[in-house]
Amino acid sequence: MRLYVDNNATTPVADQVLGAMLPYLREGYGNPASIHQFGQQARAAVEQARAQVAALLNCKPEEIVFTSGGTESDNLAILGVVRAGSGRKRHVITSAIEHHAVLHTCRALERQGVTVSYIPVDATGLVDPDQVRRALRPETSLITIMHANNETGAIEPITEIAEIAREAGVRMHTDAVQSTGKILVHPQEMGVDLLSLSAHKFSGPKGAGALYVREALALEPMIYGGHNEGEPRPGTENVAGIVGLGAAASLALEEMDSGRVRIRELRDSLEESILSRFEDVGVNGPALRGPESDALRMPNTSNLYFDRVEGESLVIALDLGGVACSTGSACSSGTVEPSHVLMALGHARERAKSSIRFSLGRTHRREDNQFLLEQLTSVVRRLRALSPQTSVAETRS
Amino acid sequence: MSCEPVSPEALRPESVLKNGSGDGASAAGSLVAVGMSGGVDSSTVAALLQEAGNRVVGLTMQLWDQRRLTGEDSSAPMKVEGRCCSGNDIHDARRVAEHLKVPYYVLNFQSRFEEKVVRPFVENYLAGRTPIPCTLCNNHVKFDDLLTTARQVGADSLATGHYAQVEFDQASNRYLLRRAVDTSKDQSYFLFGLTQAQLSRTLFPLGSLTKQQVREIAGRFRLPVAQKPESQEICFVPQGDYSRFLDTYQQEQGSEEQAGAGEIVSDDGTVLGTHDGIHRYTLGQRKRLGIATGSPLYVLSIDPASKQVKVGKDSDLYSRTCAVHDLNWIAQEGPPAKFRATVKIRHQHTPAPATIHADGERVRVEFDSAQRAITPGQAAVFYDGDIVIGGGWMDRSAG
Repeated sequence: MRLYVDNNATTPVADQVLGAMLPYLREGYGNPASIHQFGQQARAAVEQARAQVAALLNCKPEEIVFTSGGTESDNLAILGVVRAGSGRKRHVITSAIEHHAVLHTCRALERQGVTVSYIPVDATGLVDPDQVRRALRPETSLITIMHANNETGAIEPITEIAEIAREAGVRMHTDAVQSTGKILVHPQEMGVDLLSLSAHKFSGPKGAGALYVREALALEPMIYGGHNEGEPRPGTENVAGIVGLGAAASLALEEMDSGRVRIRELRDSLEESILSRFEDVGVNGPALRGPESDALRMPNTSNLYFDRVEGESLVIALDLGGVACSTGSACSSGTVEPSHVLMALGHARERAKSSIRFSLGRTHRREDNQFLLEQLTSVVRRLRALSPQTSVAETRS
Repeated sequence: MSCEPVSPEALRPESVLKNGSGDGASAAGSLVAVGMSGGVDSSTVAALLQEAGNRVVGLTMQLWDQRRLTGEDSSAPMKVEGRCCSGNDIHDARRVAEHLKVPYYVLNFQSRFEEKVVRPFVENYLAGRTPIPCTLCNNHVKFDDLLTTARQVGADSLATGHYAQVEFDQASNRYLLRRAVDTSKDQSYFLFGLTQAQLSRTLFPLGSLTKQQVREIAGRFRLPVAQKPESQEICFVPQGDYSRFLDTYQQEQGSEEQAGAGEIVSDDGTVLGTHDGIHRYTLGQRKRLGIATGSPLYVLSIDPASKQVKVGKDSDLYSRTCAVHDLNWIAQEGPPAKFRATVKIRHQHTPAPATIHADGERVRVEFDSAQRAITPGQAAVFYDGDIVIGGGWMDRSAG
């Protein structure tokens, strides 16, 4: 048996999503920019997907720009705003717990002379809007703070921060890659100007994402081409991917109310079992469970630390036992650094390295929790018995 | 498995491949971890162990960020070449694991490697010694942390591509370390520090094979690294330029302690010239002294306190005794008051016959004939034939 509980990294493509995509990898190969009927059919598919994504976000279809995914959306939002601004608007505010797609983009801007303020978070991983307010400067052009954190599942007070941005006349972007499709994400009600999302985090394909760009907002493109000058994202559309994104958006909208509660209950039950079964374990990030946790924590995420357990070994041992989870954010080289998110929560390096993340998916069942608990029990027992803190004498003698 | 059975049985060192105790590991198999470096040796180990019916998990230690001392910002734009933190070796190991269809993981051991290997390496050079980082890595990282991780993930033992042999000796009730059959590849010198606990969980499947045979086996398994050339360098020192490595590392650490400049003096204290750092010198070194004299000069000793490098005739490099400390005993519990052995004082040295005298926590080695360049910081390893009795680290004063 193999159990996948790493859905914050990526999710399996849902059957109905794959079914919607396949015709556009076969007979529906037209270029949406072409005049003929092949092109018209592809254009119609792209526009339908745009409407599906707009329905999920409760926004206008023309406010959706398709991209290759979350990283491109974050880059386009941040670089697009800063580069479109005047020469004096050279300050950006972000948080210490952003995804690298945002953090590394900010570092790149710093190398180009832009000043960036990194707002710290409290011990549960939440940004204090007052600190954002205090970081504002006359030259601030953009605030970019994530909606939900990929590692802890913490949901940031975006509406309050967006209010601050609006009062100051500063653009507001949020990376909603982890939240879109899983909880309600309505950019207009949140008051943000820009919002990033990615299809593969909610049962869609990889390589497809979108940036919500509030109507009439000017963005400088990162790449150039296409028919209409000034298009924020030129290039022939990834039609099948976009169709997949649209289908995933429709599926998410349909399952939102029931799915969200079901997943939260499964997560709560798993977390309660683990907390009661093991000693010296705890939750990283917001620790609330039940309905009152909905506003603070993603319903599918449980980030836990196990004292005297090497997170890296725990993930490998669980994988060999059939449970796929993660120590934190996935890294391209496949290796593990102490998570910058857990460090930002003020946790010691040791705790950060003793932590793992379970993120449940829409097909998760109650018996999966049972299997996970069985594997976890035998692995944690072994790891603690072999922990360097308890076995130094034995190994060195 | 699609490969042809061209290999003679002699190419299958069955005894080391059957992991687990007594009644033998069945096809359900015990789990063996293989420390995979991306080279032909450890890749072949993985293939052989799998063929022998073990479940195999590949582990690679990421030890050092190659971009670290080149002034490149890790978030800055990367050059396409060498973009992976440990060069292409992790990439190669991953390809081999994919080829064999074994689970494979990269472990981030960078901070412990720095603490246990790189920093002592630097401190040794600054103290006028010539260290062996591979031995430190074997003792304190590979067969310590990596072995622990291997056991944590459920493996009974750790196999590596070292050329050496481990066997259990009923008579002495001890695990013995032996030289490899291929004496030109033998690495037992670097492994003298392994404890009984470490040896009991260690497999060296290549110890009974020649390098030529290993290449043939790698070819038989069609391993993607079968033709990969040997690496000779210290893994964390670019281009083998260790003195530049030391300079940049000290600079990065903002260390006050630079291996500063000093004098080059003759045996009688006459100043012959100057040098710009004692870490650029090792005993017996003749090149790059920068002194023109009639007869060739060699480094005789290095004094870290005065920063003096003493030079003289080749014949003055010879000495009959040395003191050895921080000992590890493999074939026996501890040393008898006095015993005979052949003693190897550097990797390329032919073991020389000697008498070893116990002396408290140390031993004193008396060679039958004087040995050239007994170098502080290098190891003295005691052999009985091809069996490693034990070993330790050599001191400055020969006593």
